[in-house]
Amino acid sequence: MTITAPAPHSTQQSDLTVTNLTRIFTAPDGTETRALVDASFTAKPGEFLSIIGPSGCGKSTLFNAVAGLDQPTSGDISINGSPIVGQQGHVGYLLQKDLLLPWRSVLGNVTIGLEVSGVSKKRANEIALPMLQAYGLGEFVNHRPDQLSGGMRQRAALLRTILFNRDVILLDEPFGKLDAQTRATMQEWLLDLWDDFQKTVVFVTHDIDEAIYLSDRIIVMSPRPGRIIAELPVDLDRPRKPAVVTSARFIDLKTEILDLLATGQN
Amino acid sequence: MSTIELEKPITATAQVGAAMVALSDLPRRAPRVRSRQLFPSEPKGWLVATLAAGIVIALFAAWQLLADADVVDTFFWSKPSMVWESAVIAFSNGTMLGDTLFTFTSTIAGFVLGVVGGAVIGLSFWWSRLYARTSEPLLIAVEAMPKLALAPMIVLALGIGIESKIAMATALVIIIQVLNTHTAVRAVDRDLQTLLYSLGASRWQVFTKVVVPSTISSIVASFRVSIGLALTGAIVGEYIGSQEGLGKMIQFAASSFDISLIWVGVFTLGILSFVLYLAVLLLEKLLLRAIRG
Repeated sequence: MTITAPAPHSTQQSDLTVTNLTRIFTAPDGTETRALVDASFTAKPGEFLSIIGPSGCGKSTLFNAVAGLDQPTSGDISINGSPIVGQQGHVGYLLQKDLLLPWRSVLGNVTIGLEVSGVSKKRANEIALPMLQAYGLGEFVNHRPDQLSGGMRQRAALLRTILFNRDVILLDEPFGKLDAQTRATMQEWLLDLWDDFQKTVVFVTHDIDEAIYLSDRIIVMSPRPGRIIAELPVDLDRPRKPAVVTSARFIDLKTEILDLLATGQN
Repeated sequence: MSTIELEKPITATAQVGAAMVALSDLPRRAPRVRSRQLFPSEPKGWLVATLAAGIVIALFAAWQLLADADVVDTFFWSKPSMVWESAVIAFSNGTMLGDTLFTFTSTIAGFVLGVVGGAVIGLSFWWSRLYARTSEPLLIAVEAMPKLALAPMIVLALGIGIESKIAMATALVIIIQVLNTHTAVRAVDRDLQTLLYSLGASRWQVFTKVVVPSTISSIVASFRVSIGLALTGAIVGEYIGSQEGLGKMIQFAASSFDISLIWVGVFTLGILSFVLYLAVLLLEKLLLRAIRG
């Protein structure tokens, strides 16, 4: 699919560096939960980085810290070298739910990031409309979220994240609730979008196949207390065909990750 | 140890076996034949309207006939033809229209003050949990107090003019509106607010773009209850002391044993509240469209 959408201006590439990030939650009775321990990694500019791990491995804690929604106990987070700990609005963040505002149209939803940044409604719509056309939501511009299928809602949520116009985007299991076929379509769609915008993507998933198929590199995490136990580069050529999942290299990677996750359990 | 492990599955199988025998012995009820559809279909609008009007006409006709046959005592209950005559006189001699307008004005003013004030106070609870938690028991205590008991004091303090009627109407509306709005504010989706914060939104932006649009449907839904309460407040204010209004007019009619005139006042109030209710429904639609776009 060739896309002729206008590239958002001031697009540049940024890296995201997380250094020794630790988050300990303290309950009112004094018991401590170590959600994330000493996590360090760097997402290179324009890289597609996946994080995989069992439930409770601190992926959401990590994302909330990077998005500035939660104050980590210790550690640093920076974009292009400047620290962003505790600051919101540096990254596009797609939470697990699509979180479309039910009273707004699709257009109103995808432009909310621009609106919050102080861009006029008219200007925001001028930017968003061609994007919605180009990425398969053209006929749904004035629809309300409850009139859309799960896949279309997720597209709208992803476009909202892209239109927020930040160089780094965090995607927290964006396809987790979709059926297998819609998920496959959405993966292709996301790769197209990533190709066009060259964002630095950090992608959380439970699905090993999805992680290998989409990513340049995969970080594997252990269950609570969450820590990074491995980093694997995915050396499969791009663009990848869906059939790549049956290739020997793919199977090797998958086996390796399964082993890592199984060891991490103990 | 090993015997227990062996025994367990055996007992389980025996139990299941007994249950299966019991199930197969149970008689099965004969299948039911249902020729009608599962859920009754919606009736036609004209049919509903005709039936409702028919019931009203039948009630008035019965009242008239029973009174003519001396079964109903017209001294205490009057009858439709007499009520109609009283209505014609009351509306043509001038004070009735003024009274209706007076009650209408104080109701609307009390309603607007009550719902706007209530919504503003209720929404303000979003900004601080301490402020909200401290206010809540106080509000509930005020709500539990019968506000109609305050009427004599309010009339003494504000006089027998329209101010005391507006104050009564507001007093009845505002607390319930605050409590309903507060409930809606607490139900606002936290994740939607988190999303806005992740976009770098200020608290004011979260308030205007998520909290207000999320709560507006609950706020306008309690308008329907509030309009009735506002009318009650205005009427009670007039009962205590007033120169004008339908409440005063009903009390005047009662003191002169003019039952027909009481009915005229009551029916006028009924029509007034019905009109107000329709107006509130329209207002709900307009407000929802204006705020949610």
